[in-house]
Amino acid sequence: MRAPSASDIAAGEILLSIENVSLSFGGVRAIRDVSFDIKKGEVRAIIGPNGAGKTSMLNVINGFYQPQQGRITFKGETRSKMQPHDAARGGIARTFQNVALFKGMSALDNIMAGRTLKMKHGFLWQLLRVGPALNEEIAHRHRVEEIIDFLEIQAIRKVPVARLPYGLQKRVELGRALAMEPDLLLLDEPMAGMNLEEKEDMSRFIIDVNDHFGTTIALIEHDMGVVMDLSDRVVVLDHGVKIADGTPDHVKQDQNVIDAYLGVAH
Amino acid sequence: MARPVPADADTFPKLLIRNARNFGNRPAMRHKDLGIWQTLTWAQLLDEVRAYAAGLHRLGLKRGDTMAIVGANRPRLYESLMSAQALGVVPVPVYADAVADELSYVLAHAEVRFAAVEDQEQVDKILSVSERLPKLETMVYDEPRGLRDYDHTRLHSIEDVIADGRKALAEDAGLAAWLDAEIAAGKGSDTSIILYTSGTTGQSKGVVLSAERCIGASSDTVAFDSLTEKDEALAYLPLAWVGDHYLNYAQGLVAGFCMACPESGDTAMADLREIGPTFFFAPPRSFEQMLTRLMIRMEDAGFIKRQLFHHFIGVARRYGEKILNQQPVPLHGRFAYWLGNILVYGPLKNVLGLSNVRIAYTAGEAIGPDLFSFYRSLGLNLKQLYGQTEAFLYLTAQPDGQIYADTVGPALPNVDLRIAENGEVQFKSPGMFVSYFKDDAKTKETMTPDGYVKTGDAGFFDSKTGHLKIIDRAKDVGKLKDGTLFPPKYVENKLKFFPNIREAVAYGDGRDFVAVMINIDLAAVGSWAERNNVIYGSYQELAGHPLVYDMIQKNIEETNRSLAEDKVTAGAQVRRFLILHKELDADDGEVTRTQKVRRGFVAERYAPLVKALYDGSKEADISTEVTFEDGRKGMLSARVKIRDVATVPVTPALGKAA
Repeated sequence: MRAPSASDIAAGEILLSIENVSLSFGGVRAIRDVSFDIKKGEVRAIIGPNGAGKTSMLNVINGFYQPQQGRITFKGETRSKMQPHDAARGGIARTFQNVALFKGMSALDNIMAGRTLKMKHGFLWQLLRVGPALNEEIAHRHRVEEIIDFLEIQAIRKVPVARLPYGLQKRVELGRALAMEPDLLLLDEPMAGMNLEEKEDMSRFIIDVNDHFGTTIALIEHDMGVVMDLSDRVVVLDHGVKIADGTPDHVKQDQNVIDAYLGVAH
Repeated sequence: MARPVPADADTFPKLLIRNARNFGNRPAMRHKDLGIWQTLTWAQLLDEVRAYAAGLHRLGLKRGDTMAIVGANRPRLYESLMSAQALGVVPVPVYADAVADELSYVLAHAEVRFAAVEDQEQVDKILSVSERLPKLETMVYDEPRGLRDYDHTRLHSIEDVIADGRKALAEDAGLAAWLDAEIAAGKGSDTSIILYTSGTTGQSKGVVLSAERCIGASSDTVAFDSLTEKDEALAYLPLAWVGDHYLNYAQGLVAGFCMACPESGDTAMADLREIGPTFFFAPPRSFEQMLTRLMIRMEDAGFIKRQLFHHFIGVARRYGEKILNQQPVPLHGRFAYWLGNILVYGPLKNVLGLSNVRIAYTAGEAIGPDLFSFYRSLGLNLKQLYGQTEAFLYLTAQPDGQIYADTVGPALPNVDLRIAENGEVQFKSPGMFVSYFKDDAKTKETMTPDGYVKTGDAGFFDSKTGHLKIIDRAKDVGKLKDGTLFPPKYVENKLKFFPNIREAVAYGDGRDFVAVMINIDLAAVGSWAERNNVIYGSYQELAGHPLVYDMIQKNIEETNRSLAEDKVTAGAQVRRFLILHKELDADDGEVTRTQKVRRGFVAERYAPLVKALYDGSKEADISTEVTFEDGRKGMLSARVKIRDVATVPVTPALGKAA
């Protein structure tokens, strides 16, 4: 039922490419010479056992960590150094492994916060809420309402997020990331700690986001069933090294992957 | 019988045309889109329905077909009802939360060719059982999300169907004339709708209702409550339930009032507040939940507010109902109530969204007298009605000013009610059904030879007021082994008035004594647990907590005292009880879609627990299969404790009480 077929994506334009990236913290080498790419319109999964370097990889992509070696090309622009706000402006949005919302603010305000970068009027204009600033806010609110409708969270629009159950907080966080209208959406374990029903809901939203908005998605996930169902291509990391890359079916049969997950006698 | 319905207004599409002509600029429907209420006038509604009907016709829908309608209360689905009826097609609404099996039964039984559904979820559900529905050809949907890549040869968006119809109508004057003729060709005796009963007793039955009877019945009640096009209702009840079809759709078209569709199922209560309807219906359960939430929030309120609330609720208890019923009240009472209205009742009704309500009804089950008078004492004109799908809802309703909590009012105008020898209520009414769809045997069984319909409910006319009192389902009223009368619902309803008790199932027929299974209310008990530092990890753990047991035991003992006050019910005091480890759920078949407990089924399912209630054991093991919302099944095991309850000794009423 997914929009782009495998062959479409194989032929597709490369949105982001990682070339020979290495990252270490002191003596710990978190990522070692990893290369892969993300194509426009695909759902790309990054998987691996605990401590494989998945979250570090995401942090490299959105500029939170600076790799010591390697090149990152995003939308045709190569860089070796980038700040997170540059990444955000450039069209990369993310959600976090631990929910990182403004707890005291309502779901609506949290998602509105995702529009900050799109606001053209300055702080003072917004404070006054007159004329063009007001019109702009209405336009942004309209977009946010579309996202609320999309994620089916109308009932919690005005509820402070701290009062929401975890599954809904995750959904609000996804909403905030979507409000940025990103080209690339990074999801760090979107389904961690969810029950079956919440996982199914979230999977549906991820598919719908990809389908409806055409957003390219890179996700880290532990639930193998979810990864295999959702993603077009999977890259597998283990101890900071890329051990496999390809379609879910291909990766599932890869001996290195099986060894990494099940353990192997040394 | 009812006065005849005029020929130019004997079907719902004709009424739609009449409304568009008479008050075309008044609101017909509202719905919330992207957080903002949008209004559709009668003229716009007619325009959409015509275009939609033309579009459906072009897809091959024709007179005599049936069309399923599955989903929540959305303008597009109400338009589907109207468009189908405009083409002489019989709409068959189905409960949106029905699981695939139930859905496929109804769709197959009704032989639907078309289905209008809300969203991807419903499309998927129907596709999953499509091999059982050979007659189903085409589906139309309202919400396109997630459906873009589905095979669209037999699937269309309602938006597109309307656009196609509109274009065709503009281009082809012949089509427009044909459509007008088609609407005019509809007769009052045509089947207007088939409503499937919720299945309190076994497999659901399709109740066939004709247009003139529907409109006849609605005209009577619209006059009874003097509803006009200036009224407004919130259409939040399940589309497939007779209540929604009657109260909102039928009365809405007859009176021309506006129905507002909630944004989503979860937001109904917030939408209620924003819309401020003048006509409101809710089952007793909703009023109960509203009160429970209110009480919990009051417990958390500051000292002054709490004192104010309790003081003025006391005032309302004393004088409120009398003022509403226009009975004499001392001057200082009136003053205190007036003050209370400014400080407490007004703001309270505003928060609940009931400020503008002129007429509120409740039905479906008996409402606790205390609960009923609580709302009435606040000045809310809450009334009870009694009816069933076979009667197109109304049989009796309480007229303004003659309200008694334990009766459901006198027969409505043109309704002929009688009590059979076995105590069963039977009726002839303007809205009575034509037959059960494809089930003549059942139809015969339900009708008496002289043309009355059997309701299956036991009741009697109150000697003082002449109003009808319903005791229970005729077949459910039982007797204990010693012959004492045992009305299970009566006992259960008394228990359910306690905020901690969400559901109670009473047993006793043919047994030595009465025993009950309790479902605690998670919101109320959970909030109590929080305040009292009771730690729990799950519903099951909370339900089995000794302190919760203590609390419920107190509630049951209080119920026993109140049962003992009346000599008829004194014998039905509860001796033993247990708290179930899971909530009774419609997905498991334990309650119906309208949330009525299926007592017999529950007894079978929890047979070891029922046995333990009567064999004196202190605890029992139970393992049951549960169905998750996605249809998957799992096992749930628990050890449930059973407790004895003190009863009030019954003094033999030897002529003393008489």
